[in-house]
Amino acid sequence: MNNYVKLKIGKLQFLVNKKATTVILSLIFVMVALIIASLGIGQMKIWPFDVVKAIFGYGEDMHDLVVNQFRMPRILLAVLAGAGLAMSGAILQGIIRNPLASPDIIGITAGSALSTVGFLVIFSDRSNSLSVSIQWLPLASLIGAILMGIFVYLLAMNRNGIQPVKLVLIGVGLSAAVEAVTTMIMTFGPIYTAARANIWLTGSVNGTNWSEVATITPWILGLVVILFFYTTKLNMQELGDDLVTNAGARVQRDRLILLVLATALAGGSVAFAGGIGFVGLMAPHIARRLVGSTYAALLPTSALIGGVIVLVADLIARTAFAPLEIPAGVFTSLIGAPYFIYLLFKTRK
Amino acid sequence: MLTKTSTRVIGIIIGILIVLLLMWASIVLGLTKITTQMVIDSFTHYDQSNEHIIIQTARIPRALIAAAVGSSLAIAGAIMQGLTKNPLASPSIFGVNAGASFFVVLGVSFFGVTSITGFTWLAFLGAALAAVTVYALGSVGTNGLTPVKLTLAGAAIAALFSSMTQGILTLDERALDQVLFWLAGAVQGRDLDLLIGVLPYLLIGWVVSLFIGKKMNVLTMGEDVAVGLGQKTWLVKVLGAMVVVLLAGGAVAISGPIGFVGLIIPHVARWFIGYDYRWLIPYSGLLGAILLISADIGARYIIMPAEVPIGVMTAFIGAPFFIYIARRGINE
Repeated sequence: MNNYVKLKIGKLQFLVNKKATTVILSLIFVMVALIIASLGIGQMKIWPFDVVKAIFGYGEDMHDLVVNQFRMPRILLAVLAGAGLAMSGAILQGIIRNPLASPDIIGITAGSALSTVGFLVIFSDRSNSLSVSIQWLPLASLIGAILMGIFVYLLAMNRNGIQPVKLVLIGVGLSAAVEAVTTMIMTFGPIYTAARANIWLTGSVNGTNWSEVATITPWILGLVVILFFYTTKLNMQELGDDLVTNAGARVQRDRLILLVLATALAGGSVAFAGGIGFVGLMAPHIARRLVGSTYAALLPTSALIGGVIVLVADLIARTAFAPLEIPAGVFTSLIGAPYFIYLLFKTRK
Repeated sequence: MLTKTSTRVIGIIIGILIVLLLMWASIVLGLTKITTQMVIDSFTHYDQSNEHIIIQTARIPRALIAAAVGSSLAIAGAIMQGLTKNPLASPSIFGVNAGASFFVVLGVSFFGVTSITGFTWLAFLGAALAAVTVYALGSVGTNGLTPVKLTLAGAAIAALFSSMTQGILTLDERALDQVLFWLAGAVQGRDLDLLIGVLPYLLIGWVVSLFIGKKMNVLTMGEDVAVGLGQKTWLVKVLGAMVVVLLAGGAVAISGPIGFVGLIIPHVARWFIGYDYRWLIPYSGLLGAILLISADIGARYIIMPAEVPIGVMTAFIGAPFFIYIARRGINE
């Protein structure tokens, strides 16, 4: 066991994988460097040193405003949403034992989209302003995500529990139907709503404020804590139903809890950042190549990579065609879809 | 299931009669009351009355378009399912609609296309591109992709196209205003000229599809068997793909994206026919027309005086069906 270092804290003992630790630490370093770079890039360029000064409250007033009020919230949201989607994808790929599963493929994002667009249309009045606070929007998206999740799971269930392949297929089919309804609502609603809905559908962290970050952070972190206790169960899921049952685990119950966790992570992420596609698919794959498929290492690595992907996508989205803003989701799809198809071929038997 | 050739022929005749009956119903039924006599008068003594204008410019075009689009989508679906050996294959699941939508939005936004005829050709191009891509992905290698993977590849391509579509639309609100009605998918409000423009392509598709049935039967027994029996399998595949592009592309070009017809109908046709493609293809065509005309008539009554987009109607009928097939197992 040369790959491991024994770590003792009081009565607790951990085996720490050297390689995974190195990867995770380097990723944290990359992430911090990217955050600082991203904080400095934009219409107003700020040097990294000035960025750091501004973060700690010693910068010029103008720097403080741009860094802490304008750029920091959206960057943090990008990182959190990316991490949430990536962990959700990692869990789903474990349960479904199919490397192609991800929250957008099984329809969670589509459910969220429908309730978001529905919310925008129902609560818009004649003058095109919302009759209720926009702060309720994430709640609406989250409810949509969870309802869709439940619906897909129920339909994929039979006497023997949830069948992974059916979960994927039913997700694809239901998404197509739900998207048709979303388009219909957009057609009937005012054009303003449609424009707004479109930005959400593609996924964008533009215009994030601190209160949104303050809402999503405990949600994601809380779920991560629960997930921590289910890591071993997730490792078991990969072994296949028969083996796991023989090992004495309650496969179906664990699977259900893990599915709920995956839905909640993805739902919370898309609720704030919109339907950013393919992150939940790509991040766990890249992570698996770096640290292997033990979930204790895979989950944090996926989360970091997911955060980095959305962070970079958002950076490109707001600078490439400046002053125009393109939703970050366009870039994640542009890289994600070809990657997905590449995976389809690679995993072929 | 109909086994004897004579009953199958009778089935076809009954199917044609039902299609004609439904087309008559589609012309007569709706918010404006129309009688059969008025319909005949509108041809013999056209007098520019409201009813005659409605018959000539709204009701008749939409009945014909619904029939043409419905049967084209259904035949395209049947051939896709046969060639890819995937019971879930259909134009909408494989991203054909999304590809068409993307090209239309691209044309409107970057090349200033505004006419509906322009939309038609862009949609054709996009649908063809998406169909060829997914189809090529599915047939690379000896056995190609498994059904599940092919479905996923289609979903990925659909997601890619729709994400790019939405990206363009967020930048260009004017384009959004112009294409939103098209994106919902509809058979009403479409000019008859539109159908006539695309009809030659649809006709080629229909005729070729009727002749490749026998070859498809051999091909579905397996690549090896087909080659062993002396079939040029690549020829059948290329012809099949061509028909799919012509029919699915032509349909989406006229009506905008309408989902699930190509998925459901071949399965319904199989209840009558089984797996004999010589019969399955014409039955699919008739049943597709029946479904879409009925859905279009239904769409007028649900939230009268407004109309439900027909794409939503078919999604509501189609989604439960898709789930049923997926649950039953796709290995059969």
